[in-house]
Amino acid sequence: MPDSPAVVLQDVVKRYDGRAVVDHLSLTASRGAVTAVLGPNGAGKTTTIECCEGLRAPDEGSVQVLGLDPLLNARDLRPRVGVMLQDGGLPTGVRALEMLHHVASMYANPRDVAEITERLGLASFARTTVRRLSGGQRQRLALAAAIVGRPEVVFLDEPSAGMDPQSRHAVWELVRELRADGVGIVLTTHLMDEAEDLADHVYIVDHGQVIASGATSELLHAGPSADGNRTLRLEAREGLDTGALRKRVESGPTTSPASAWTVTETQPGSYSVTGPVDPSTVALVTAWLADEGALASRLTIGRRTLEDVFLDLTGRELR
Amino acid sequence: MTDQTTAGPVASDPAAPAPTDGAAPAWRRVASQTAFETRMILRNGEQLLVTIILPVMLLVGLARTSFIDLDTQGYSRIDFVTPGVLALAVMSTAFTSQAIATAFDRRNGVLRLLSTTPLGRGGLLAGKILGVLAVEVVQVVVLGGVALALGWSPDPAGILPALLAVLLGTAAFTSLALLLAGTLRAEGVLAVANLLLVLLTVAGGVLVPASQLPGALEQVALLLPSGALGEAMRGALLLGEVPAFSVVVLLGWTAALGWGAGKLFRWH
Repeated sequence: MPDSPAVVLQDVVKRYDGRAVVDHLSLTASRGAVTAVLGPNGAGKTTTIECCEGLRAPDEGSVQVLGLDPLLNARDLRPRVGVMLQDGGLPTGVRALEMLHHVASMYANPRDVAEITERLGLASFARTTVRRLSGGQRQRLALAAAIVGRPEVVFLDEPSAGMDPQSRHAVWELVRELRADGVGIVLTTHLMDEAEDLADHVYIVDHGQVIASGATSELLHAGPSADGNRTLRLEAREGLDTGALRKRVESGPTTSPASAWTVTETQPGSYSVTGPVDPSTVALVTAWLADEGALASRLTIGRRTLEDVFLDLTGRELR
Repeated sequence: MTDQTTAGPVASDPAAPAPTDGAAPAWRRVASQTAFETRMILRNGEQLLVTIILPVMLLVGLARTSFIDLDTQGYSRIDFVTPGVLALAVMSTAFTSQAIATAFDRRNGVLRLLSTTPLGRGGLLAGKILGVLAVEVVQVVVLGGVALALGWSPDPAGILPALLAVLLGTAAFTSLALLLAGTLRAEGVLAVANLLLVLLTVAGGVLVPASQLPGALEQVALLLPSGALGEAMRGALLLGEVPAFSVVVLLGWTAALGWGAGKLFRWH
């Protein structure tokens, strides 16, 4: 089945002690694309991905990876799937490069270890035992182990946790390259920027359920909604007078009724103005800021961050 | 699916799917895992202490000094002591060392990660068992060499039966190791595996024959895997044959512990 999607989950349920950690979750990940499963800690991301890796059996629903069942067809899938676990899965007494060579020995035609070493900057700690590696170094080694077998699908559980910015950049570059080569990549993350910069498709997960999903660009560049409304977001000092802001925007030249506007301080220091936002609205908002003697540190229209999306959906911050 | 005309030169396309089945042959995967496990044990200082250095010290100490009063039943001290020390060596590798290594690998996710590679769970288990046997070869060579240098003269007819006893003991104690490693926390396994080794060595019929243990301990020790292995080794190397009762006891423990490990082992 060369054309089957990389991963298809349908109505997957996984319970621990009767409590559903994954609760009727459905998801599709394409080949040649990065799919992010985004959510707060404890949302069920790792359990979801473990069902894909054949490490857990779902209680209900179906999981297909490359058109095959991860449990029934494990033998066929193992050479075609790369896995990076959240806790690394690296034995502590082994040297970094020795571990990579060992994993490579499981494949008939592995990637060149020297090339991966170079790409991920492993050379500087090649002979260091895993026990003495930093968190970021372990992550890079675990990623190298996940891709050394030339997988068609890669599962990355929190790939850049504990990494310095440079390592993250190297990892992201590598992930983009895998995607260009047609590899399907599924990653979990609680980092907004990782999902925003890297993913083609995002599933936002909370309490084991998908609460929003779509192409990353669709989720972020929300244009005017069906009723013609847009959202203006700004960040400034907390505790500003939102009542005054509301009066300001209502006095604008738009013909809409005053009730069309929603003005809230969504969290301390973050304000949103939703309504028929037009260029004059921005002038009114900045005039209000001048009245308040407050300087905005950020002002955006339409473009939401995934953090906004999550906040809008749950009323909670992601981190 | 493997159209080379669109894939471009292999060198510039390192992530292209392999044209053949992606897994290395099964024998190579298991051989690789065996070598890996063996290196891990022999390189780890604490493991080396328990599996090689302590048994050698014990062998030399028991054979050459008389701090510990032994009833050698008419045999020379070295002939009487060596089978028990070999039994202890088997226990240290198949049980203590393997239980601790597997428990920490389980905690660190190593078992889960390797089970997602083409090695799989079966290959991982095979590699572990063969790794234990490889370390035991090293132990037998080292301990046998030291014992021979100290004047050990085993019954030649007992060599093969002794190797059989080593295999049976390995099966029983590896099963126990996996049962503990798969059910308890790593720190708990560390404590239990070391404590059990000491208790079984002293009072479990390993170094001292069950018949010399006080009271009811004699009957208990004969039924323990440690006592059965000790009796089997002494039977083989002193008398040239393994007592059938010991074989039955070791097979029974292997079946029970292996079944338990298969049922209760948790990968997470």
